[in-house]
Amino acid sequence: MNAKKFNVFDALKYLTLLIGVFVVLFPPYVVIVNSFKADEEFNTASTMALPKSFFNFENFRVVFERGGLLSGFANTLVIICVALVFNILFGTMVAYVLGRFEFKLKKPVFGLYLFATVIPSITTQVATFGIIKSLGLYNTLGAPIILYIGADVIQIILYLQFIRNIPFDLDENAMVEGASLFRIYRSVIFPLLTPATSTLIILKTISIYNDMYTPYLYMPKQSLGVVTTVLMRFQGVNIANWNLISAAILLILLPTVVLYIFLQKYIFEGVASGAVK
Amino acid sequence: MFGTMSYKTQKKLIIFTFLLIPVGLLLLFTYYPAAKLVFYSFTDWDGYSPEKPWVGLNNYKEVFSNPDIFGVFTHNFAYFVMGLIQNAVAIYFAVILNSKLRGRNGFRLLLFLPYIMNGVAVAFMFGYVFDTTQGSLNLFLQSIGLTKLGETSWLGTPGLVNYSLASTGLWRFMGYNMVIYIASLQAIPRDIYEAAKIDGANAWQTFWRITLPNMKPVIQLNLFLTVTGALEVFDLPFVLTKGGPAGASQTYVQRVVDTAFAYSDYGLASAMSIVLLFFVAAVVGLQQFVLSRGGSGK
Repeated sequence: MNAKKFNVFDALKYLTLLIGVFVVLFPPYVVIVNSFKADEEFNTASTMALPKSFFNFENFRVVFERGGLLSGFANTLVIICVALVFNILFGTMVAYVLGRFEFKLKKPVFGLYLFATVIPSITTQVATFGIIKSLGLYNTLGAPIILYIGADVIQIILYLQFIRNIPFDLDENAMVEGASLFRIYRSVIFPLLTPATSTLIILKTISIYNDMYTPYLYMPKQSLGVVTTVLMRFQGVNIANWNLISAAILLILLPTVVLYIFLQKYIFEGVASGAVK
Repeated sequence: MFGTMSYKTQKKLIIFTFLLIPVGLLLLFTYYPAAKLVFYSFTDWDGYSPEKPWVGLNNYKEVFSNPDIFGVFTHNFAYFVMGLIQNAVAIYFAVILNSKLRGRNGFRLLLFLPYIMNGVAVAFMFGYVFDTTQGSLNLFLQSIGLTKLGETSWLGTPGLVNYSLASTGLWRFMGYNMVIYIASLQAIPRDIYEAAKIDGANAWQTFWRITLPNMKPVIQLNLFLTVTGALEVFDLPFVLTKGGPAGASQTYVQRVVDTAFAYSDYGLASAMSIVLLFFVAAVVGLQQFVLSRGGSGK
């Protein structure tokens, strides 16, 4: 690129980008401005107008009080943390065994995991429901937790791709020094899988935070709301009170948006490496 | 104690203990339900009574012969169409943002933003956008002079509702596709472009002859994801329209869930699930076939 000259193509590029940004920001803009409007102001002022004050937190207070948002956040956080710990643990363990050892059942186990990616779990819910019930997990936090751990195979696929790039010499060197196989897993393989682990944490956190289907189906109990089901219930009893619903929407959106702003680099990398298999 | 065992014993122990629980969970929550689903699909089970009367292929006959059931897939078609547009837009923005451009990180950040937003919150946000009287879309259309268009009932018109819903999907996932396309663009070696420049290729030729062919495997992957995604749509119509008006936006998965949990017809719901599973498996199988034939590494 030499001398900067005005160029029709460049203008077109920026114009389309600005249209794209406008389309992206328009719906959140409307939600933000209306979440700060009191009932009276909401009914009289234009939907698109800025609120009188950005310090009117009344709607947010109502959402917290009536919506059970705090317990929703708490339940979601518990589910994410427990599910992640076991996903990381089981994912690295299976990848270590399948990626490092030769044994008779290796091919069949590998095949089971690969074929499982073809079976969409949304299709088997009708049967899974009975299993969860007979395990006594229906209407407990255990239901989504065990489903996020057991019915998802993305972590295995992710770790398996990654462990191939860790040189075998490292295992052999450790063996020469007399390290046990468990120690090699814990002190060599596990730490070196960290990039895959951070990808997993990002992808899983987003998908669990966003999941509506599993908690809706397995935890209808009032006290066991997660962010998605709490929002659905709140909307159900406040239909057409868009200023209140806007406040609730905003509060649910905030945590991931804040994380996104701080972790954007890792999120882009995670998404890119999680998709290109 | 563990360290004193021979590596052979250790290996056996590690394989057994490390696989026991994960493989157990895999069997319990993926293969066992799938097997049960196949069994239920041949019965007339209502979901709670102990007897499960065997009805042979009746449920499958019903799935394929009842236009009410199979016809629901026409609603899913809207998501497929929007998915194609979504990929085209994503490729366009990916190519633009991969060129030298002032503020490209900011644009990338903003265009990807919807993807990390909570799906249910996004659904309600668009409920507000599409609202006929108070909705921002109609107010916006009226403010720029399109008064007639600004009176549209976006979610209340049977032919339109699926496209309105699917456009919300486009809004939410375009940035995701874009980021994947950007990553694939960055993997194209720079010297190919240098060579093309020396040969005097213009921007359009470079895009058509170099960029696009190099993106082919990723585009294929994304298109297959679009197909399976369109087959499995559930959240958005379920949250926003509950399938309405009068079932016009009901998707196939929603129909399965209703058949099982609202009408207690587990047998039929299972057969419907198996049919969907078969379709998705066929698409993924085709994908593996096409991608491996493309000879792009693996």
